[in-house]
Amino acid sequence: MRIIESTQITNAIARLCIEANCRLPEDVLSRVHACAAAEPRLAAKDILEKILQNDALAAERGVPICQDTGMACVFAELGEDVHINGSLRAAVDEGVRRGYAAGYLRKSVVGDPLRRANTGDNTPALLHVELMPGDKLTLTVAPKGFGSENMSKLKMLRPSDGVEGVINFVLSVVEEAGSNPCPPVVVGVGLGGNFEQCALLAKKALLRPLDEPHPDPYYRDLEKKLLEKINALGIGPQGFGGRTTALSVAIETLPTHIAGLPCAVNLNCHVARHMTEVL
Amino acid sequence: MHYDVQLPLTEETAKQLRAGDSVTLSGPLYTARDAAHARLTALLHENKPLPFPIENASIYYVGPTPAKPGQVIGSAGPTTSSRMDVYTPALLDRGLRGMIGKGVRNGEVIAAMKRNGAVCFGAIGGAGALLSDCIKEAEVVAFEDLGAEAICRLELEKFPVVVVIDTLGNDLYQIGRAQYLQERDQE
Repeated sequence: MRIIESTQITNAIARLCIEANCRLPEDVLSRVHACAAAEPRLAAKDILEKILQNDALAAERGVPICQDTGMACVFAELGEDVHINGSLRAAVDEGVRRGYAAGYLRKSVVGDPLRRANTGDNTPALLHVELMPGDKLTLTVAPKGFGSENMSKLKMLRPSDGVEGVINFVLSVVEEAGSNPCPPVVVGVGLGGNFEQCALLAKKALLRPLDEPHPDPYYRDLEKKLLEKINALGIGPQGFGGRTTALSVAIETLPTHIAGLPCAVNLNCHVARHMTEVL
Repeated sequence: MHYDVQLPLTEETAKQLRAGDSVTLSGPLYTARDAAHARLTALLHENKPLPFPIENASIYYVGPTPAKPGQVIGSAGPTTSSRMDVYTPALLDRGLRGMIGKGVRNGEVIAAMKRNGAVCFGAIGGAGALLSDCIKEAEVVAFEDLGAEAICRLELEKFPVVVVIDTLGNDLYQIGRAQYLQERDQE
């Protein structure tokens, strides 16, 4: 058994909150570059280039890429041979509290959905814990703005809807979202499981590097087909028209019930932030 | 077309602008997003004065990050305009002239914009670091308790935007997409 101190977790989360908000992963940057080069509409190309300028400026100055520094969505893969000295939940929240203060990040969390008083420190984090074999703790912080979160949807499709039903639903979500989620978007699709697992799958799909297709050729082809269809919609960067509506599509799946085909679409903006550290 | 526009925006200038025009804005405007709009609306219902002069004013839908030491303001890109739709027609009828945000507006807002000669601009969503360089002053003028949602007076200098909906109700989100699809299909 390996012991991890809660202070190690707090320090890592604080670092990850700041880093993730100021520096985009290389796979996202290179995809935006590639899309800018391939974009036939000049006004759209210009927007993509400004987005890249913004990303470079944020990294250089250590300031947030976007003012919506999000709710801190934290994934913890906890080794079964790890003992945490202290509370994981408390350690993560303290990390978010410190990171959002020290990084001059926006505090965007209200403590109650209807009474809406701001908690003032961006806590609580959204914490997803998964037990894994081994003695490591892998922490991922994925700050997620709500411009794109608000445009996400889940539908309990019927088995008879099949792959065409999935394609039509994903396209309808992107179409309806239009300019709101700050296109070009990253599209996370969850398929299968049940109601709540499906939504989490769609979120997890957003964590996959953009240059890493699904390992199963069937879903790799479906991702490719969906991306082509989305980029034929013409919505374009910021919704001003153009080819680049989405940067990528990632699908994650789980076994499901004989009666169902749950499908969740979690949209992310071009500021597709996430940062991981292994303790 | 490109225009350098001085704020406050006059009705005459507003009426020259067309959906798709690129514009740089310089001068004063006010920030307000969800919670501030709810309070402004409550003030209107109670017949109380608003905390800033609304006649010819422009509102930027933004909740910036806190300024680091030495910064005027933190990252400050636009938030989704449509969440303000429910509050906006009443403000337009009292003289609001310009709005900066991102995304579509509903029919009631567009009708009120046409009725009053107002313009909706779009700034690049997710480019908050770049846009903050065009904000030269920032001071809280109301609702300080709302934190990032407080109303601030900003002084802009050549702040880059695009006209997304003009005083005739032309909508770049429809026009731009149709143009792109037409160009693509002609190839």
